[in-house]
Amino acid sequence: MSNKDDSNLFSGYHGLALNILQKFDAHVGDRVKIETDSKALEGILIPRAELTTTHDHVVIKLKNGYNLGVHVSKIKSISVIERGRMLRPELSEIPVSYREDAPEVSIVSTGGTIASRVDYQSGAVYPALDARDLYNVVPELGDYAKLKTRFLFNIFSENITPSHWTKLAAEIAKDIQDGVDGIVVTHGTDTMGYSSAALSFALQNLPVPVVFVGSQRSSDRPSSDAAMNLLSAVITAANAPFAHVVVVMHGTEDDKFCYCHPGTKVRKNHTSKRDAFRTINDYPIAKVENGRIIMLKKDFVPRDKKRELVLKPKFDNRVAFVKAYPGIPPEIIDLFVDKKYHGIVLEGTGLGHAPEYLNDALKRAIEEGIPVVMTSQCIWGRINMYVYRTGRQLLNLGVIPGEDMLPETAYVKLMWVLAQTRDMKEIRSMMLTNFAGEITPQTRSKEFLG
Amino acid sequence: MAKSLDYEKLGLRVGLEIHQQLDTKSKLFCNCPTVLREDEPDITFVRRLRPTQSELGEIDPAARFEFEKKKLFVYQSYNDTVCLVEHDEEPPHLLDKESLEIALTVALLMNATPVDEVHVMRKIVIDGSNTSGFQRTSIIALGGYITLPDSGKKIGIQTLCLEEDAARKISEDEKTITYRLDRLGIPLIEIATAPDIHTPEEARVVALRIGQLLRSTKRVKRGLGTIRQDINISIKDGAIIEVKGIQKLDLIDKIVENEVKRQVRLLELRDELKKRGLNESMFKSDFVDITDALKDCKSSIIKNTIKHGGVILALKLPKFNGLLGFELQPNYRFGTELAEHVKFWSGLKGLFHTDELPKYGITETDVLKIRELTNASDEDAVVIVAGPKDKCTIALEKVLERAKQALHGVPEETRGGSPDGITHYLRPRPGAARMYPETDVPPTPVTDEMLDNIRKNLPELPEEKYKRFREVYKLNEKLANAMIRSLYIDIFEDLVNKYPSVSPTTIATTFENTLISLRRESIPIENLDDNHFDELFGSLASGKISKEAIPEVLAYLAKNPEKHVDDAIKELKL
Repeated sequence: MSNKDDSNLFSGYHGLALNILQKFDAHVGDRVKIETDSKALEGILIPRAELTTTHDHVVIKLKNGYNLGVHVSKIKSISVIERGRMLRPELSEIPVSYREDAPEVSIVSTGGTIASRVDYQSGAVYPALDARDLYNVVPELGDYAKLKTRFLFNIFSENITPSHWTKLAAEIAKDIQDGVDGIVVTHGTDTMGYSSAALSFALQNLPVPVVFVGSQRSSDRPSSDAAMNLLSAVITAANAPFAHVVVVMHGTEDDKFCYCHPGTKVRKNHTSKRDAFRTINDYPIAKVENGRIIMLKKDFVPRDKKRELVLKPKFDNRVAFVKAYPGIPPEIIDLFVDKKYHGIVLEGTGLGHAPEYLNDALKRAIEEGIPVVMTSQCIWGRINMYVYRTGRQLLNLGVIPGEDMLPETAYVKLMWVLAQTRDMKEIRSMMLTNFAGEITPQTRSKEFLG
Repeated sequence: MAKSLDYEKLGLRVGLEIHQQLDTKSKLFCNCPTVLREDEPDITFVRRLRPTQSELGEIDPAARFEFEKKKLFVYQSYNDTVCLVEHDEEPPHLLDKESLEIALTVALLMNATPVDEVHVMRKIVIDGSNTSGFQRTSIIALGGYITLPDSGKKIGIQTLCLEEDAARKISEDEKTITYRLDRLGIPLIEIATAPDIHTPEEARVVALRIGQLLRSTKRVKRGLGTIRQDINISIKDGAIIEVKGIQKLDLIDKIVENEVKRQVRLLELRDELKKRGLNESMFKSDFVDITDALKDCKSSIIKNTIKHGGVILALKLPKFNGLLGFELQPNYRFGTELAEHVKFWSGLKGLFHTDELPKYGITETDVLKIRELTNASDEDAVVIVAGPKDKCTIALEKVLERAKQALHGVPEETRGGSPDGITHYLRPRPGAARMYPETDVPPTPVTDEMLDNIRKNLPELPEEKYKRFREVYKLNEKLANAMIRSLYIDIFEDLVNKYPSVSPTTIATTFENTLISLRRESIPIENLDDNHFDELFGSLASGKISKEAIPEVLAYLAKNPEKHVDDAIKELKL
């Protein structure tokens, strides 16, 4: 008999396909023979991928490794030749090796699968999560660090919320108290920039580096960027001379080097490329190439394990993030005011503008004690609302100009600020104070599209 | 060795795997055109590939071996005809509909049963020829057959797959392999026959027949490299050897013949070794360092090795004296096979062995010294390699392993074919096909409606064409036969229709007789393209030239491909 959990017997099957499998008592993982009007096929019954549009095919894997779907209407009979085995056997003991005197690095996983194992028989892909798995997938890690791994969440990064940042910050604070030499956070790429900004604010007075890393190609592929990114992230956490929150990802399309991007100045700028992450309105702090860290900036906070971490992990999640666009209805602003939101970040146009007809709604928001922060959808560049009349009108209403802060960073920052104060004057002053590299004093020529 | 082989008695079984590029508007998983380019690439990037683990944390040995070579892959690309999908920088798009349609057409022509739903798989390939580290492939149909026109014999078709072609290898050195991405993603149909073929000749006939059926769709690419065949060859007591990437039909019989010879001879070698009383326990992995003993040797390879700090290692192969020169294929000895293993696994250029010495500056005295140091008697052979110590050690380990296999006959491996019809060691046999689902591409249903549509528009089969060429075009038996097998069949029909005043026999004769005579006279007929022929028969139709002038005009155009028929008339004073 199968020793699988009952709910998995027909994994992914619905409708007609589920009916026929139940009728012939064939389970996922079983070796079956399917007879149709024209052929007989033998193979392993494979789970139906979730959310496929149709439910009228049964999928089997032939002996040659190929999968194919058989239409339910053509199936005359299914006979089970052999009941399936457990699809995920226990790992055998594989010895791992690492340098005993290597720095200690803690890896906190949030669900971005950074290394994987493939079951070629079922075609399933399992994330590799414990330290032993990681050493086995990327053996070079053992030359650089003693790893301790922790599994915090298992969610896609598109599902991350501010409360996850709070938990993550607390978790990292524990590691820092335990005296690790650096922390790596594996994270999905979609919202990694938001999380790195959040942790930059939450972890004040950092003694060691905190490194966010992910992969653009899923880690079950031989071509995945995961291995080089992970190795570079661990090297950064273990050896970097600085103590900042950074994002470490491929610097180019090549498997040559990774950049360490400042956590508050990094943005995902491409839907799929390996080098999607770029530093905006600043430069990467360092690059990691051939196992070495090459510093690109001189003004950094040096690592110092004696420095006392100041943990400020709270975020006010009642902040709206609104993009201004031609035709935007003022009711959008009214809605947030009516719903008693605590703050609004606008992603305005150009130097920091929004259609003039929004002014009444914005005025009302500010009068009700809701701070409004202006950033620009141009992504690159600095807000200057003194240049045009529209900008000055907004300033007169009390809109806070976001300087050269990334819109996403300003959004995260306002949540962080609002968790500490609701006083308008103080909010304005904190928003305009540089806490974690989010505001730079000068805009340099070569930063653009670097 | 020259005696002809009795294939029936040897139990020869041959199966073919034919890969044919499709002539589609776009590639299999993106919208790039299916064109190859020779101009300078405008993008270059480098990558590494890493083997993925199985559920037990194991890594496929062939994959690990590739990884341990630590090769860097350099990819050349074009900004306008190659996109991020080939760069592995963007997920694949949906399976190309046109390619699927052609594959289904071929499936029906071969009496195969299409699957109801196509699932794209990833087949792990980490030699760098696929930027993703896998080839996307899918099964389209199963269980068909083709009928050989002359004998009426049926040859089973096991599977028909639709997959993406790999990138083109441009160059390779110690550290890097350079590939060009233009070819990556061009749709390929892979047709695998059952091992129903029993003679070398039959293998060629089957390949030809499949080629014909493919061409009859008029939607496949033509020209060198657009059709490639892998041949699986086995004899009784031998092993299934896959010979990869044969591009020319004429080579097939020779390759099969030579591979059969090799397997027969390896079995003879096995018997001879048994007769000499050799068993596995006699093999010792004692690699003797003979660098000092050879420090005055005149061989330039040995001198250079020592000068650069390398070593000379020797290995005794017990009871092998005289057998390293044992011929397996024409000009291919057992020693050649050992050398191929050395080259592949260690990267050394080759080996010396006592069956060919004294030679290459190694004297009789050197040989005596080598025999003495390795404790080799007259019955034994000694193999010598020169180079860095770690490479020499790997090389001799592989020599020992291969020599041991000789006791058991034919080892399983993947081989390649050379232009002279000899098979060569290519790489170890990959583990059971490493395949898992390509989750980026949703399954594609094959509906009855699609199939009905294709059935209604099936192309004319070669035998139907033959009948039409005889009856409508009035070609004689021989010419009609030649024409349906011809590479020029499509342009032949185009020209017959375009120039009704020219007799089809004249056009067919030009392609099937005149061109062949011109080639015999070493006229570069490969320079002639469709436009030249169009112009030629256009001029004939309008009376500018006479039928008798055709060979002369063609010879002129072949030598001056940039010129025109009018130039020929002027210069040849026709």
